[in-house]
Amino acid sequence: MMWLKENHECTNESLSKFDELDFPTTRDEDWKYTRVARIANEEWKVASDAANIDTKAFEIDGLDAYTLVFVDGKFSSGSSRMPAEQGIHVSQETVLTSERETYEHFFQAIADAACTDIINVLVEKNTIATKGIHIIHVSTQAQSLAQPHIRLIAMSGANIHCVESFVCTSEIKAFTNRTLKITVEENAHVHWDKIQLESDANFLMNEDNVHIASNGNFTINTLTIDGGWVRNALNISLDGQNIEANLNGFYMPRRKQFIDNHTRVDHRKPHCNSNELYKGVLNDQSTGVFNGKVYVQIDAQKTNAFQSCANILLSDDSTMNTKPELEIYADDVKCSHGTTTGQLDEEALFYLKSRGLGEANARRLLTSAFIGDVISKITHDAVRVYVIDQLTQRELLFA
Amino acid sequence: MSLIHIEGLHARIEEKEILRGLTLDVKPGEVHAIMGPNGSGKSTLASVLAGREDYEVTGGSVTFNGKDLLEMPAEERAREGLFLAFQYPVEIPGVSNMNFLKAAVGEMRKHKGLEPLPAKDFLKLVKEKAALVELQDHLANRAVNEGFSGGEKKRNEIFQMAMLEPSLGILDETDSGLDIDALRIVANGVNALRSPERSFIVITHYQRLLDYIVPDFVHVLYKGRIVKSGTKELALELEERGYDWIKEEAEANA
Repeated sequence: MMWLKENHECTNESLSKFDELDFPTTRDEDWKYTRVARIANEEWKVASDAANIDTKAFEIDGLDAYTLVFVDGKFSSGSSRMPAEQGIHVSQETVLTSERETYEHFFQAIADAACTDIINVLVEKNTIATKGIHIIHVSTQAQSLAQPHIRLIAMSGANIHCVESFVCTSEIKAFTNRTLKITVEENAHVHWDKIQLESDANFLMNEDNVHIASNGNFTINTLTIDGGWVRNALNISLDGQNIEANLNGFYMPRRKQFIDNHTRVDHRKPHCNSNELYKGVLNDQSTGVFNGKVYVQIDAQKTNAFQSCANILLSDDSTMNTKPELEIYADDVKCSHGTTTGQLDEEALFYLKSRGLGEANARRLLTSAFIGDVISKITHDAVRVYVIDQLTQRELLFA
Repeated sequence: MSLIHIEGLHARIEEKEILRGLTLDVKPGEVHAIMGPNGSGKSTLASVLAGREDYEVTGGSVTFNGKDLLEMPAEERAREGLFLAFQYPVEIPGVSNMNFLKAAVGEMRKHKGLEPLPAKDFLKLVKEKAALVELQDHLANRAVNEGFSGGEKKRNEIFQMAMLEPSLGILDETDSGLDIDALRIVANGVNALRSPERSFIVITHYQRLLDYIVPDFVHVLYKGRIVKSGTKELALELEERGYDWIKEEAEANA
């Protein structure tokens, strides 16, 4: 991995640690349906410095938020609107001290070895942020390798809303491998809206590691609207009692797009609730993957863990691979999981056509109805309106 | 000039021939009732006219407003002014009655070269037409047919027909499963839509509906063909004598 040695800038770990690892292959269960050769075989280059760019085109109307802008993985303070209120602190680090003991796979290893920037956001105890934080990742250069690390700590009683957008300035081949760590301390509230709007040429790997303490409340909406190759690894550890964790997402791949959602929810203590709702609408020759793992450890009595992944295939050549996994060690719990993959209801389609709606419109009306419940989980009005608009522009939603 | 002329229509589904030379002529403003024993092809006729693709037309022709109906896909037939009130209206969760109707009305108007209806006028139209079938406001806001009772579903069909103002309304056993009150409401709705420019083909198994929606012509469908035609008295005769005498006559003439 020559490019890795050349681009290794900000780690104090020896590169030799990574020598034994390689990119995962389809023989690894967790990567069975995910081809990484297209990433492994490219020459990637880390950007030298963060350029200043105008992010207006990527901002959300009606969302009054601070912005933290990453250009090709490098934090650009010049393009950002830093938080300026009591209780919110943003700091930048240049050297990564890896917290991992082992690497599960190569993407984690290179994210640490060649990390492009580190941003820490701390929300102090009992701080209720008056404005949200909009993190904008912009891909501008071909062959760029963007590997930012973001850490958010919401201290006890804190409340913060973050939106994270992945966008690009044009259709260019770039690889973003973003690592996120969120710590939700006792009784803190974090709401995270992730919106993926890259091009067919982009590769995007996201790892989100979330730790939630007692009475914490965490919601994440993973909305994949566009992107050539996307893998979202979402790991949530419910490490306390009376926690509520909500994971929602939709994906609507077209053409040859590939979208993979791997989630892991770990119930470690009693009386917690987790809800997972993912919906997919796949068209053309696109491929989707969903693997939802839920662990309920032996002490986690009175757990409520619900998981659902429903998919519609609109074309003969689209493929969806789904695998729910439930590992339950406690005996007094309520858990369910369900994944379905099907097609639009022919009766419903004919009914709509018999009222004069054309094929395309009828399908759009039905798929809009299908993902309606996930859209309603986007509780911030400005964000929901923005997402609906992005979908409508791409003719994915019924106007 | 006919509104719709069906000539020697043959149709089958999965190798089974159902319509075997059906001929029917309907002029503007006329109400034609189609009756017949089970399996005679009543629902097949409705499906074929509406454009369901599972049915294959193997012979004959259908001219609607002077145009070849069989050449048009289902959505075009609807825009040309053909409306089918389904026997079993499907439930479509997540799609609101309002959104769906707005889209349908929009398509209709576009086809006729009209401007889209402004929101306020649309809402007024909804209120007016919903009242024809005593469909409460809240039902108009719900998802299409979701959680509707049988009677509400049938009334929703007539409500949609009122909104779309077709020139030909085909009612496929609209009375099946309805109690006398629901029947009355549905019939009132249909009667309110009767006009010299609008025709109806009322497919029914029971004569009772025809006390309310009084037909100009009654036809009996048997083994995929119209074997007897008459006026509303024929319906009463069928009610009294059943279908056996028709079947015997038809077999004798075959």
